[in-house]
Amino acid sequence: VRSPYKFALAGVAVLTVLAAGCSSSSSSSTPTSTSSGSAVNWATETTAAGGGGMNALVAAAKKEGTLNVIALPPTWANYGAIISTFEKQYGITVNSANPTGTSQDEVNAVKTENGTARAPDVLDIGMAVALANTNLFAPYEVSTWHDIPGAQKEPTGLWYQDYGGYMAVGYSSKFGTITSLSQLLGPQFKNAVALNGNPTAANAALNGVMMANLAEGGSPNNIADGVNFFAKLKQAGNFSPISATGATIKAGTTLVVFNWDYLNLPSYVGVPNWKVFVPSGAVLGGYYAQAINKQAPHPAAARLWEEFLYSQSGTGGQNLWLQGGARPVEQQAMTVNGTINSSAASRLPTISGTPVFLTHTQATDAATYLAANWAKAVG
Amino acid sequence: VDVVATTKTGAPPPWAGRRPSAPAWAGTVPFFAYVGIFLLWPTGIVVVDAFKNPNGAWAFSNFTELGNSLVRGYFIGSLKLCLISSLAGAVFGAILAYAVASGNPDGIVRRLYIAVSGVLAQFGGVTLAFAFLVLIGPVGLLFHASWYFEFPWGIGLIYGYFQIPLMVLVFLPAIDGLKVQWREASENLGASAWQYWRHVGGPLLMPAFLGATLLLFANALSAFATIQAWENQIAYVVPQQIATAMSSEVGLSNVNVADLLALGMVIMVAIVMTGYALLLRRAGRWLR
Repeated sequence: VRSPYKFALAGVAVLTVLAAGCSSSSSSSTPTSTSSGSAVNWATETTAAGGGGMNALVAAAKKEGTLNVIALPPTWANYGAIISTFEKQYGITVNSANPTGTSQDEVNAVKTENGTARAPDVLDIGMAVALANTNLFAPYEVSTWHDIPGAQKEPTGLWYQDYGGYMAVGYSSKFGTITSLSQLLGPQFKNAVALNGNPTAANAALNGVMMANLAEGGSPNNIADGVNFFAKLKQAGNFSPISATGATIKAGTTLVVFNWDYLNLPSYVGVPNWKVFVPSGAVLGGYYAQAINKQAPHPAAARLWEEFLYSQSGTGGQNLWLQGGARPVEQQAMTVNGTINSSAASRLPTISGTPVFLTHTQATDAATYLAANWAKAVG
Repeated sequence: VDVVATTKTGAPPPWAGRRPSAPAWAGTVPFFAYVGIFLLWPTGIVVVDAFKNPNGAWAFSNFTELGNSLVRGYFIGSLKLCLISSLAGAVFGAILAYAVASGNPDGIVRRLYIAVSGVLAQFGGVTLAFAFLVLIGPVGLLFHASWYFEFPWGIGLIYGYFQIPLMVLVFLPAIDGLKVQWREASENLGASAWQYWRHVGGPLLMPAFLGATLLLFANALSAFATIQAWENQIAYVVPQQIATAMSSEVGLSNVNVADLLALGMVIMVAIVMTGYALLLRRAGRWLR
C-alpha cells in the first residue's frame, strides 16, 4: 500500500467515486449461469464440454455481451475481418484497446486493469512474453486442441500458438529483383533499409536481425553476425531509422523492410510495386500465441473467442488468418482433413529450406546481446 | 485629500449569516487536487518505484544502470537534441518575434503571425513527423539528404517546426516591453544601433531570451510522440528508452528501470525549471 499523499486525497476521493460510477455501469463480470439454470463458472472451465457444450458457452458469452481484446491492429493477420465476423456471428461487442501496442503492453494492461471491466479478456502475444507470464493465464483447451501440434502448445492449455509466418525482406520493385542480403549494401539503397521497430523492444525487429544473422552464416545461438550486418548497413549509409509502417511504405519513404511475411505481402502493404524475398539459408519462422486472462471480466466470451479463432470452418479464425497471409497453427491438420481454404493457402509465399524456430533460450540470449550492442552498431 | 469610504455601514445584506462562510483555502482545493493527482502523485510513484525491484522489494541495484554507458548515451542524446532545437528555435524565433514586433501593432501581419504561431506551437506527434517524411526523403517533395537521417539533425529540424512558433509566442511580450523612449534616449546621447543593442536592448532582453530558451529546452525534453513517429528502430533519447523499458516484448522490460530513467528526467527538468525561475525573476527586475 502506498502512503497517502495529502494533496491528492480530496481529488482521489472524487475520482474514485467517478470511476466507480463509470465502471459499475459497464461491468458485467459476474459468474454466468447456463440457460438450463445450473450455475457454471466459465472462469474455471478448461473445455467447452465441461461447461455444458458449445451451445451453453455461446449462450453465456452472449449474456456477457462484450469481449475485450488488446493490441490487435485491424490490418495485422486479417484481425479486422476476424473481429467483425465474430461480432456478427455471435452478436457480441468487441472492445479493441490499444491496437498498436506490444505484447508486453498487453500483459501490463492485464496487471494494471486487473479487476476492472476494461481488463483484456484474451491476449495475442509473442512467445517470450507468454512464457514469462503463465501465472496470469487461465488454462483452456479449444475443441480442436488435438490439431495443434504438440510442440506449439502448453500441455495444460495455458497458452497455445495461433498463427505464424516467416521473416521476409519486402522491397520496392524499382530495385529490380533482390536475391541476397549483400545486395542491400549497394549504393542504390541509400537510407532505404528498415526493421519493423526497435529489436530490443519489438519481436518482429529482433527476428529481422536474426534473419540477417542466419543469412550471414550465423547460428541461432549467437545473433552477433546479424548485428554486424546492420552495422555494415549503417556504415554504407543504407540503414534507415525511420519508422516503417504501411503509411511510410505507401509514401515511398520505406523502400526495404524486414518483417513477417504476412505483414510484408503486397496484398497487405497495399502497394502494387512491392516484392518479397526470403534469403537462402535464412528461413526463420515465428508464431504468436493465444492466452486467456485468468481474471477475464468476460470469461465465457473469452473462451468463445478462442473456440472461434481455432474453428476450422470456412469463416472460422484459422481460415481467416490464412486469408490474411498468416499460417494458422492447425494448417497441417486442415490440409489433411480438407477444411483449408486452398486458394488462400496457394497464395502464401513458397519457402524452400528447413525453417528455424528460435527456442526460448536463443530468443532471450539474442535480446540480451541486442540490449548491449544494438545502439552501438547503428547509433 | 478626500478618501472615498468603501466600507458600507448600515444593515448587513439579507443573505449574510444564512450560510456558513467557506474557509479561504477552499477555493484552492481544485488546483491542489489537480496538481496532486496529475503531478505530485505520479512523481511520488516514480521516485518510490525507482528504488524498488520488479518484485516490489526495496532495491538500489537499479542505480547501477546509471553507470551503464548506454544509459548515459540516452541522456546525452536528449541533451543534444534539446540544446540544438532550443538554441536554434530561440534564435530564429527571437528574430521573427522582433520582426513582428517592429510592425504595425494592430496590423493584419502581427495578428496572423500570432494566430499561426499559436497553432504551430502545438503541432507535433505523428502528423508532424509524417508531414516531414513526405517532404524529405528518398521520394521527398523537397529533397533527399543523408544528414536528415542522422540524429539529432533530422529530428532537430522537425522540432524547430514547433519550437520557433513557441519562441515567438513567449518572446514577443518581452520585445513589446522595450520602450521606444529608451531607444530615443540612447540615440540622443549619440549611441549607434550596435551600441544600443550592446548596452541597452541586449541586456534588457537577455534574461527573457534565456528564460524562453530554457522553456524550449524543457519542451523538447518531454516530447516523445514526434521522435517515436519519426524513427523507432533505436532509442536516441530518454523517453524512447523509457518506452522500451516499459513495453519490450522480447524480455527486456523492467518497469523499475523506466521509473529510474523518468526520475533522471524529473531531475533534469527540475534543474532547467529552477534556472528558468531564477532568470524570470531577473527579467522582472529590469522591467519593473
